[in-house]
Amino acid sequence: MITVKKLVKRFGLKTVLRGLDFEVQEGEFVALLGPNGAGKTTFLRILATLSRPSFGEVRVAGHRLPAEAAAVRSNLGVVSHLPLLYGDLTAEENLQFYGRMYGVFELRKRIDEILELVGLTSRRRDLVRTFSRGMQQRLAIGRAILPNPEVLLFDEPHTGLDQDACDMLDGLLREVAGQGRTVVMTSHDLARVEDLASRFDVLSRGIISASSKRNEMGKNNLLDFYRKALAAAV
Amino acid sequence: MNNIQEIAEHKPTPGFFGAVGAIIWKDLAAELRSRELLSAMLVFALLVVLIFNFALELDAGTRRVATPGILWATFAFAGTLGLNRSMAVEKDRGCLDGLLLAPVDRSAIYFGKTISNLAFMLIVEAVVLPIYSVLYNTNLFNPGLIVVILLGSVGYVAVGTLLSSMAVQTRTRDVLLPILLFPVVIPILIAAVKASSGFLQGLGLTDVMPYINLLIVYDVIFIAVAYMVFDFVVEE
Repeated sequence: MITVKKLVKRFGLKTVLRGLDFEVQEGEFVALLGPNGAGKTTFLRILATLSRPSFGEVRVAGHRLPAEAAAVRSNLGVVSHLPLLYGDLTAEENLQFYGRMYGVFELRKRIDEILELVGLTSRRRDLVRTFSRGMQQRLAIGRAILPNPEVLLFDEPHTGLDQDACDMLDGLLREVAGQGRTVVMTSHDLARVEDLASRFDVLSRGIISASSKRNEMGKNNLLDFYRKALAAAV
Repeated sequence: MNNIQEIAEHKPTPGFFGAVGAIIWKDLAAELRSRELLSAMLVFALLVVLIFNFALELDAGTRRVATPGILWATFAFAGTLGLNRSMAVEKDRGCLDGLLLAPVDRSAIYFGKTISNLAFMLIVEAVVLPIYSVLYNTNLFNPGLIVVILLGSVGYVAVGTLLSSMAVQTRTRDVLLPILLFPVVIPILIAAVKASSGFLQGLGLTDVMPYINLLIVYDVIFIAVAYMVFDFVVEE
């Protein structure tokens, strides 16, 4: 579903990604781990067509980037730590707007389904700026899955959420991922992703320094795996 | 085949005009509720008109000569404020990324934002003109002047929307936009002031047409340029 070969990304003289190779099969939930500044967000922005690779090959849902970016975007849902929602529109109006931008069929019915899924039906006519951070993030997930994308990219979705909101978000992430979607989620919170992902990749110094499936890793071994991967990359 | 695959294979693609319409609807709906942008532009425009009124103390003769300059300076300053705010709203909550993630031709985003910015600017102009008429005791209800204001505003907003989408990516966006915008729109402002002056002084159409033509050419060229480069301007 996602294939990346020898990806390089440079900002001026600074090289952030240094020949990164990455592959995700259909239906996999990959947690992309790494310290701050490792290049996780840069990598996700390239997959999301928001940034162009300097060199290398990137394919998402069978389409090459950046040449077929529009086709990739129609199969992609993105959630970042910013909600990408308009505070002066209601929850329903935000979904209506994005639904029209994606040309979603039977939009009203789909909006009802999404609001039900994210637990915001009773707040559908409230302005988004009156929502708590957790509610905004749930609606952001609703926005991302509105056009039924095959691939979901989550960039640190738990940032700024309290414990209860994180737990609620995890439940929603599980439900969304369980519908057969391919998910890549960046995080530096190991405890949070341990139960969510089916595979863990560590991005360090611009490359994937280690990768392991959950069933290949013993319980509570993620921290060891992560530390070894970082040490090996030095 | 799972549910997601089935849906993905029959995925509709949004139309260009549908996306443009969605952006205009979103901007107008949000502004109708918050009134942040329009109220700031209106207050600023009226203050500029008032300041000129007290500062210049024009007699009837010089008033007619100075009116086009005062009007266009007011529109340009208020317009810059609106352009900055319109793009800042997109950037602050990451909504610009939300727009860029939509599977539409990115020029649809440009045209959507341009048309809503133009609507805001025309609303401000529609309020300023009668107030200016009363304050300066000058009749501005001239069809020729209205056409000039429309053409000048189209060109100003066409360039302004493109440059504000560039400036908004920087930390100094509030300062950067006027620095980038005013040198580029000088031909528009000169042509608009000259054409407005011609209509207000009752000159014939043959005297005013060169400036109207300049405005039309400028509008067409800058809309075409923005259509071609917007994708590159908004990309990281």
